[in-house]
Amino acid sequence: MGGFDFNVIERSIGYLFREGMTFTLTLTGLAALGGIIFGTLLAMMRLSSHKWLSLPATGYVNLMRSIPLIGSPTPIQVGAVASSVITFTLFEAAYYSEIMRAGIQSIPRGQVWAGYALGLDYWQTMAKVVLPQAFRNMIPILLTQTIILFQDTSLVYVLSITDFLGAASKIAQRDGRLVEMYLFAALVYFLMSFTLSYIVKILQQKIAIIR
Amino acid sequence: MPMIEIKDVSKWYGSFQVLTNCTTNVEKGEVIVVCGPSGSGKSTLIKVVNALEPFQEGNIVVDGIKVNDPKTNLPKLRARVGMVFQHFELFPHLTITQNLTLGQIKVLGRTPEEAKTRGLKYLNRVGLIEQKDKFPGQLSGGQQQRVAIARALSMDPICMLFDEPTSALDPEMINEVLDVMVGLAKEGMTMMVVTHEMGFANKVANRVIFMDRGQIVEDATKADFFGKPRSERAQQFLAKILHH
Amino acid sequence: MNYNWNWKIFFETSADGRHTWLTTLFIGLGWTLTTALCAGIIAFLLGSALGVMRTTPHKWAVKLGNAYVEFFRNIPLLVQLFLWYFVLPELLPNAIGGWIKSMTPPWASFVPAVIGLGLFTAARVSEQVRAGIQALSRGQGQAGTALGLTLSQRYRFVLLPMAYRIILPPLTSETMNLIKNTSVALTIGLFELTAAARSMQEFTFQVFEAFTAATVIYILVNLITVNLMRWIERSVAVPGFIGPPDVGGGGH
Repeated sequence: MGGFDFNVIERSIGYLFREGMTFTLTLTGLAALGGIIFGTLLAMMRLSSHKWLSLPATGYVNLMRSIPLIGSPTPIQVGAVASSVITFTLFEAAYYSEIMRAGIQSIPRGQVWAGYALGLDYWQTMAKVVLPQAFRNMIPILLTQTIILFQDTSLVYVLSITDFLGAASKIAQRDGRLVEMYLFAALVYFLMSFTLSYIVKILQQKIAIIR
Repeated sequence: MPMIEIKDVSKWYGSFQVLTNCTTNVEKGEVIVVCGPSGSGKSTLIKVVNALEPFQEGNIVVDGIKVNDPKTNLPKLRARVGMVFQHFELFPHLTITQNLTLGQIKVLGRTPEEAKTRGLKYLNRVGLIEQKDKFPGQLSGGQQQRVAIARALSMDPICMLFDEPTSALDPEMINEVLDVMVGLAKEGMTMMVVTHEMGFANKVANRVIFMDRGQIVEDATKADFFGKPRSERAQQFLAKILHH
Repeated sequence: MNYNWNWKIFFETSADGRHTWLTTLFIGLGWTLTTALCAGIIAFLLGSALGVMRTTPHKWAVKLGNAYVEFFRNIPLLVQLFLWYFVLPELLPNAIGGWIKSMTPPWASFVPAVIGLGLFTAARVSEQVRAGIQALSRGQGQAGTALGLTLSQRYRFVLLPMAYRIILPPLTSETMNLIKNTSVALTIGLFELTAAARSMQEFTFQVFEAFTAATVIYILVNLITVNLMRWIERSVAVPGFIGPPDVGGGGH
């Protein structure tokens, strides 16, 4: 079937990036920020010696990791955009918490004892001694997870939100140019993820050297 | 014709030279002990003999077959050269019997029954016949190394290479392995052994090769080596190792 | 907020006018499992081949394997499914493209879903297989070489049997990911479990009942998967073999 029209990309590129990519990146940023904060709290709960803290956190993480992101409604009706931010934050928190848990566990017990020995309390020890080190060690893995999140935001397509894929899809259907638009969308996602992964790889090597 | 002929062999890892113009021969029935400080290239020297490690310059001929000839059928050559590793390298997912028969069946084309008979014969010889159905992880280090020797012998090798066969073992297990090796040497097996066990060298070696920084510094008869080592480095090495 | 709970909804007739909603959910589950199984077979075979390629001494094989993984890992799964569903038939010669487009409903979604999920998951399986082989000591390969085994014999008899055992735990999470990821195929019209739950939400407005049911089914499937994989792990466990080195897993 001849007659592809790649000009459709040129015509819609402003819309694709100004509307679509802006939303994709905003959602990625908000969900990553919220997910890391909530995920860190979950990780601290899971590592707590109090069962009433660790059990619910473990249950939450396992639950979120066993259901598909695409099928979950938000608990409150707040409109498609806000609910996508909430859903992604709640989901990603489970994945980020696993990373932060590994990060916290990678810090030797002696660091915690040293903090307590100086007279710091739990929150001070966590905030000033353990978490900064854990966070720093885990930066490459947190970033890799964020690249996965960036790709997963395309799932808001099912909520008819105009993210990058949603924008491409709208143009594709309006102009009957599915082949051109979806190939272009794939190319853009590929280039962005590939570049970011490459940067993470370099960062990982740098951090490895410093350590 | 020597069994193993090593001539002017040099090897580099990138720009780092690990072997420099190494030359030596091993005659049929000879036992050669290779020693030297760590990083001296002795393990590399033994691994180039059956082309586990490639080398860039020189020649190696084993039983008339040129190792570094691209036309040489390496699997066939390797099947005839037995090798024992520092960390045993038994295959953990196979039983002891299966470890003994894998190469015989797949490389030599023996029938499973034939391979089993021969494998068990050598397992009996190293005194471990009752372990034949166990897995390597269920054996002690010394036992595993004896199985590894039996595995190599099952292939009917024309010579044997040992790469620090006792250095990963707890002290109390070293002798059970050395005893098997001494027995082999006394039967006339051609052996090239990288080891620090000077007692073993003293007992059965015909010649001792001393290596340092990738070079063969000394290649002497046992008597000469222990009696009057010529190089200062060999003297220092001997002094250190014998005063242990 | 006034929400009318109605757990009896599962026994009412669904949108297709023939089954109850409960049956509808299980039909969806059937498609989820069938799709995951078919895609899983593709992923395992192709992923193993790619993983092996990436550990061979052949530079071109390593590069080809790496390129495959980069390609399939850096494009969102949803976009990949669109490529298989919308784009591929247009790029193929008319006869084949037309034949694909004329496939009847379940197959028109099922085939691209299986291919898309299979090839996507293959990239992830190949990462695990590569890591498993590399976790084995270099001496294992050398011992095989020293016995005279050829390269393919070394993989078959020495390296892969241990590598697969080592990567069984991460393969378990990959299997669960695959089952979950099958839900993305609802965007190309596959009526799998999540699609069934969504249709129930849309027709009955009993959002939470549908969501709860789907969640419970997903958790049960997960539990069965985990136990099945543990059983496999136990039955192929090597006596005396002490825990394998840690191999990275994770992701979605």
